[in-house]
Amino acid sequence: MAHDAALPHDDHAHADPKGFIHRWVMSTNHKDIGTMYLVFSLTMFFIGGLFAMGIRAELFKPGMQLMQPYFFNELTTMHALVMIFGAIMPGFVGLANWMIPMQIGAPDMALPRMNNLSFWILPFAFVLLLSTFFLPGGAPAAGWTMYPPLVLQGGDDVAFMVFSIHLMGISSIMGAINIIATILNMRAPGMDLLKMPLFCWSWLITAFLLLAVMPVLAGAVTMLLTDKFFGTSFFNAGGGGDPVLYQHVFWFFGHPEVYIMILPAFGLISEIIPTFARKPIFGYKAMVYAIACIAFLSFIVWSHHMFTVGLPIGSELFFMYATMLIAVPTGVKVFNWVTTMWRGSMTFETPMLWAIAFVILFTIGGFSGVMMALVPADFQYNQTYFIVAHFHYVLVTGAAFAIIAAVYYWLPKWSGHMYSEFWGKVHFWNSAIWVNVLFFPQHFLGLAGMPRRIPDYNVAFADFNMVSSIGGFLFGATQLVFVGVIIHCVFFSKVRAPAKVWEGAHGLEWTLSSPPPHHSFVTPPVIDNSVLAHGDVMH
Amino acid sequence: MSQSGTYYIPHGSRWPIVAAIGLFLFMVGFGNWLNGNDSLGQTVMGLGALTIIGMMVGWFGSVIHESMRGNFNGQVDVSFRMGMMWFIFSEVMFFGAFFGALFYTRMISIPTLGGEGAGALTNQFLWNGFAPAWPSNGPEHIGGAFSTMPPWGIPLLNTLLLLSSSVTITIAHHALRAGHRGRLLVFLGLTVLLGATFLRFQVHEYIEAYTHLNLTLHTGIYGSTFFMLTGFHGLHVTLGTIMLIVIWLRCVRGHFNRDNHFAFEAVAWYWHFVDVVWLCLFLFVYVL
Ligand SMILES: [Cu+2]
Repeated sequence: MAHDAALPHDDHAHADPKGFIHRWVMSTNHKDIGTMYLVFSLTMFFIGGLFAMGIRAELFKPGMQLMQPYFFNELTTMHALVMIFGAIMPGFVGLANWMIPMQIGAPDMALPRMNNLSFWILPFAFVLLLSTFFLPGGAPAAGWTMYPPLVLQGGDDVAFMVFSIHLMGISSIMGAINIIATILNMRAPGMDLLKMPLFCWSWLITAFLLLAVMPVLAGAVTMLLTDKFFGTSFFNAGGGGDPVLYQHVFWFFGHPEVYIMILPAFGLISEIIPTFARKPIFGYKAMVYAIACIAFLSFIVWSHHMFTVGLPIGSELFFMYATMLIAVPTGVKVFNWVTTMWRGSMTFETPMLWAIAFVILFTIGGFSGVMMALVPADFQYNQTYFIVAHFHYVLVTGAAFAIIAAVYYWLPKWSGHMYSEFWGKVHFWNSAIWVNVLFFPQHFLGLAGMPRRIPDYNVAFADFNMVSSIGGFLFGATQLVFVGVIIHCVFFSKVRAPAKVWEGAHGLEWTLSSPPPHHSFVTPPVIDNSVLAHGDVMH
Repeated sequence: MSQSGTYYIPHGSRWPIVAAIGLFLFMVGFGNWLNGNDSLGQTVMGLGALTIIGMMVGWFGSVIHESMRGNFNGQVDVSFRMGMMWFIFSEVMFFGAFFGALFYTRMISIPTLGGEGAGALTNQFLWNGFAPAWPSNGPEHIGGAFSTMPPWGIPLLNTLLLLSSSVTITIAHHALRAGHRGRLLVFLGLTVLLGATFLRFQVHEYIEAYTHLNLTLHTGIYGSTFFMLTGFHGLHVTLGTIMLIVIWLRCVRGHFNRDNHFAFEAVAWYWHFVDVVWLCLFLFVYVL
């Protein structure tokens, strides 16, 4: 359609919108919205991190130190909700917003106004959730899984918790629809699906997971709400319902949710490793199929979270084998990352360091996951710190490390300036060391029988807990370096970044200037296969 | 209107932030109401609802305005279609959670409470003598004795109403594509009437259930699943009917032509979806 300059209200596309409100609050720009998502994610990372510091401070020594047990439970619950829904998921959506249009040669997301709404719901949802700390009865304290009947014994927080989850669900669903429409409809001519960067692939599949399970979570918490306030009996055995029903519905959401938090990380790592190994990713198609395979399997393994509630033995076996099956495509991915590095001419800039740490440490989390998939073994691990160690290895050294790696990888592209490699490495090495001091001892604590979500413990667990807490404080403090590096890079760095920031990088985003123009691609770019990482689909 | 090269990018809009504020007010208000701050809660919730309605009028209004000026190209149209399609998919999953609850209680929790499988001891020591059956309000008979809605009265009528409304909207769609304006308005109007009649009967059925059958939200798991499923479906029919009315008015104003009528099709898809959900409801909630 022709450009009709005679239309009223025609503001020129390429000029930056003027004024704070116009630029940020009314934005239809994928980069500005992506930036808001990322800043929001970092803010929530620190709020959730503050709760974690409180937890580790209480657990520093046996005995009650700082807080009432109920407040400790509020901290564990809110730490999880804030980190999952506030830090990790918005972090990935922010990266998707920034990078997907640039990687597929589009001017913006497919539905830019809905994109803005997806973001702006989130600050309100978290104001609602965090405000529960100031209500009579305090914040939710029954764990992030919100199991009835315990959660229904909460006070004024229950309704607000449920509504904030509804809001987050609305935001995620709209975000997912937008990503699907963008990838399927906005690719530049010649950008075939199997030429897309793996980050786009991982997000395309993740978006379908979100669409399939966020409404189910909304249904689960809606039933909690009606059970508490409207007299229904969904989770009341006396009325013919069943608390285990909640667990089924919740984990039908919950297991795909863990892949929602790790598949985009797989995509990010698959971008970074080839760049710094200076080799194309090994087994591109296998990587795509592996993600699709993991996504499919994620729908048929949910009961591995419920092995001890008394399921029939046949279903325990089914869910055990199905769960262990996921190790196969995941193994393919780890194998392909390692093989990509094999005999590559590697350099170890900050993003690569984070990516390599991801491969090693995520794999540790994957291994402990396979251990827990075994039904008889899980009876021992269930509700212990072993579980806590496992999911922090996949979520902190997995998902969070991948987001941080991606921020270092693309920050020069976004800001037009180079970050400080020295301080980036300070951030990396301190994080990599202290995160292991923090979480590795928790494996031993769990195997020795220390239960999770308890503010006090047997003196036998004292030493490892103190080590873990020290690691926690130092890991937390290290993240302040990250903020320093970002602020320095964006506002103070004098070193200009070239269009192609990394020597070995491939992909359309590197053909744009750093920082990129307001609308990424004003006309569809002519796809030159040699620019793409996967222009040649053969590999 | 920003028009960059061959792409269409909408200009900034105030409606997303208005929508976020409206949703926030609505939920803050609803939460306060549930927690016993009735007047404050209802006021804030009402404000939120008004904000959301105003937002929808404004947002859809501006999109219609842009569409009428021919700002949208084929690519935007495809994006809209994908958006609607996957939104409906997410709605299917939302209903899936409640249907899942229904199947689970009928096939697993009620039999287990009755002593089947691992539930033998539960049954013997907690609820000795509870015989599993459906419909059920559980071993504690929560809500007291009740009877169920016979499927072959109003529910069957409602099924016929919704099925014929699917037919009428399809006829209207064909009329739109063939350019028969009169037929389009009549059959789309008929669809609205059928939807409204469905809702009228649904209200009647609820009154009947509460006053004569002692079937309420408190009636154990049967009442819970019955009202949750039919209630959410009814809410969707209400929304769908409002959407149909808007589309009918737009047809009167001549907003659509035979090639360019995405909004009409989106509402039609939504209406068919509501129809299919009802068929599942009729089968699994009323008949079986
Ligand atoms: Cu799982």
